[in-house]
Amino acid sequence: MSSAPNPVQTPPEEPSGTTTGQTRKGGFMSGIFGTKAPGEDRGAGWFTRIALFVVVLIWLIPTIGLVITSLRGPLEANSSGWWTVFTGNGGLTLNNYIEVLQAESGGSTLVESFVNSLVVAIPATLIPILIAAFAAYAFSWMDFPGREFFFILFVALLVVPLQVAFIPIIQLQGSVDSFVNDVLPFDFAINGSFLAIWLAHAGFGMPLAVYLLRNFIGSLPREVIESAKVDGAGHFATFWRLIIPLSVPALAAFAIFQFLWTWNDFLVALIMLDRTSNGQVATTYLAGLIGSFGEQRHLLTAGAFVTMTVPLLVFFSLQRYFVRGLTAGSVKG
Amino acid sequence: MVGTLIRAVAFIVIGVGGAAFFFYAGNYVTEHFMPQQAGDRLRPYIFILPALFVVTVYLLYPLLDTFRRSFYADRFEDGARPFVGIDNYRDSLFGDGIPPVAWVLFAALIVIAIVMGMTSRMEALDRRRNSYRTWLFVALGVVILAVYILQVLEVEITSGSPAWSAIWNNVLWLVVVPSGSVAIGLLVAVLADRLNPKAESLAKSMIFMPMAISFVGASVVWTLVYDISTTGNQVGLLNGIVRAFGADPIPWLEREAINDFALMVIMIWLQAGFAMVLLSAAIKSVPEDTLEAARIDGANEFQIFWRVVVPQIRSTIVVVLTTILILVLKVFDIVRVLTNGRDDTQVVANLFFTQFENGAYGTAGVLVMVLVVATIPFMVINIKRFREQEATR
Repeated sequence: MSSAPNPVQTPPEEPSGTTTGQTRKGGFMSGIFGTKAPGEDRGAGWFTRIALFVVVLIWLIPTIGLVITSLRGPLEANSSGWWTVFTGNGGLTLNNYIEVLQAESGGSTLVESFVNSLVVAIPATLIPILIAAFAAYAFSWMDFPGREFFFILFVALLVVPLQVAFIPIIQLQGSVDSFVNDVLPFDFAINGSFLAIWLAHAGFGMPLAVYLLRNFIGSLPREVIESAKVDGAGHFATFWRLIIPLSVPALAAFAIFQFLWTWNDFLVALIMLDRTSNGQVATTYLAGLIGSFGEQRHLLTAGAFVTMTVPLLVFFSLQRYFVRGLTAGSVKG
Repeated sequence: MVGTLIRAVAFIVIGVGGAAFFFYAGNYVTEHFMPQQAGDRLRPYIFILPALFVVTVYLLYPLLDTFRRSFYADRFEDGARPFVGIDNYRDSLFGDGIPPVAWVLFAALIVIAIVMGMTSRMEALDRRRNSYRTWLFVALGVVILAVYILQVLEVEITSGSPAWSAIWNNVLWLVVVPSGSVAIGLLVAVLADRLNPKAESLAKSMIFMPMAISFVGASVVWTLVYDISTTGNQVGLLNGIVRAFGADPIPWLEREAINDFALMVIMIWLQAGFAMVLLSAAIKSVPEDTLEAARIDGANEFQIFWRVVVPQIRSTIVVVLTTILILVLKVFDIVRVLTNGRDDTQVVANLFFTQFENGAYGTAGVLVMVLVVATIPFMVINIKRFREQEATR
C-alpha cells in the first residue's frame, strides 16, 4: 500500500499480485481491475461472473449451433433445431464432411477453393509486409524533404473505401493487357489473374501496414539505431540486421491481420479474380453453397466450418502477437 | 491445382525476391555509383517508392478516376459514355425531389459541424467540452431513433429513392454497430478484468473468436439463428425460443422493422472482440493511484467507473468508435449474402455493387463518392491526431 496515512484498518493483502500506487503494466491476459473496497471479497462477485457467463454464452451459441448442425444427419438437421440433440434427437456423424469435400460449387471443389485461398492469401500477405517495412523505416529514421507530406498521404488513404478502386483498376488492367499483347509476342492478361488480386490486396492493405509498422519502428530506441551508424552500418544493413529482427512482433501482427483479411475477403475476390478459369476461393465457394445448398443445412454448415478452420487456427495460435500489434498501434502509453 | 500451387510459390519467390532485389539494387547504386550526398538524398525515396506506387495505383488514382467517371453517363453513345455533368448526382440522389430524411441528415450535419467547431476552441481540459459533445451525440441518437420510429409507422421518409433508402440504412448501421460493439467490448473488458488471469483470458478469447470468421461464414452461422419455417419444427434458434413460448415464429430477416437490426447484430458479434481488446489494454493502463484516491473519497465502483476510468480511456473509446465506424460505412458482405438488399435492407456498398454489375458506372461512381465524402471527416481527424502525436514525440 502507499505510504499515505490510513485511519481505517488496511484490508489484508490477497495473494493475487495486485500492485497499488503505480501504473500496472500487466499484459493483455493478466491483471485485476482495481482493488476491492474494504469488507468486500476480492475477485469477481456473483454478479460479475453471471453477467460475463451470459455474454460469453451468447457469443458462443451461434458457433456451437453451426458445429452441431454440421455433425447431424441430413433428415434431423433440416427438420429440427440443433439444440434437440441434447434431448436425444438423432446421433452425430462425420458423413457431412465426407460429402461436402466432394461437392462442387461454382466449378470448384472445397479442396480446390481452399488451395486457391492459400494461393491468394500467402503472397498477398508477404509482399506488402516487405514493401511496408522499408517505407516505415524511411518514414521513421531517414530525413528527407516531403517526409511528412508522403506519410500524411498514407494516413489519409487509410479510410478510403476500397470500392473506389474496382472500376478504374479493371479498366487500367484492361489497357495494360491490350498494350502488352500488342507489343509482346505472347498472350498476357492481368485482368482476373492471381497477380491482379495479389497486387490489389497489397495496395488496399498498404496504408494500414505502413501506419502500424511506422508506429512500431518509430518507437524503437534512438540509441540502438545511432550505435549501428557509429559501427559504420549503412541504412540497408541497419534495416536488415537490426530493424527487421526487432520488429518481429509488429510484423507478425500485421501479417496475421492481413492474412485473416485476405482469407476472409469476399468482395475483392468477387470482382478481381476470374473464377471460371482460376476456380473459386473459400468465401466465394461458400457463398455459392448458400445459393445451391441453402436448404441442405448439414452440408452448408460442414462447408462453412471447414473454411473457418484456417483462420481460427492462425488466430488462436498467434493471438498474442495479434493483440500486441493491435494495441501497440492505437493505444498510447 | 498443382499448377496454381507452383505458380503461387513462384510468385512469392519472384515477388518478395524482386522487391528485396529492388531495395538492394537501389541501395547499391546510391552507395557505389553516386556521389555520397546525392546517394543519401535519393535513398529514402527508393525505400518508400514501392509502397507509394501501390497506393497510388490502387487507391489514389482510382479515387480521382471514380470522381471523374461519376460525371459520365451510364449509357453508351457512339461507343463512349457521354459527359453529363452533375446529372448522375441529380438523378440518383434527387431524382424524386429531396426526401425528408435528406433534410434531417443535412440539418444533423450542420449541427455537428457547429458544435464540434465551437468545442474545438475550448481548452482540452475544459469539462464542458466533453459534456457538450456527449450531449450532441445523445441528441443525434434521439433524432435518428425518432426518424426510425416514423419509418416503422410507415411515414414515407425516403420518397422511394433507392439511394436515400440505402443511405438511411447506412446511418442506422453507423449509429447502432459502433456503439453496440463498444458497449459490449467495454462490459466484457471491465468484468473480465476482475476474474483470475486464466478465466479472463478464456472469456476474452471466446468474445474475440468471431474476428477470425469471414462475413460470409458469419452469415451461415447466423442463418441457424434467424431461420424460419412456416410448417413443422423450427430450425432457427430464435424462432425455436419464440415457439417454446407459444408465439408465432417471426420472420427476422424479412420484417422491415427488425431485419436491419438482425443484420447489425451479426456485425456487433464480429466486432465486439476488437473493441474489447483495445479497451481492455486502456483500462489496464489507468493508474492505480487515481482509483485508490477515488476509493478513499468514498466512491463506489460505478462512480469510479464512470468518473475515473471512462474519462481516462476516452481517447481509446474514440479510436475504437471511429475505426468500427469506417468499417461499417463499407458494410457489404453480410447484406449481400443474407438479404441482398431485399425488404428495405439495402446499404450503399451493396447498391454500388448492384449498379457496378449492371455496368452503370456513372451511378455506381456517385454512390462511391457518397462513401468518400462520409470518410472525409475521419481523414481530417486522423491527420490531426497524427500531427499531435508527432508534436509530442
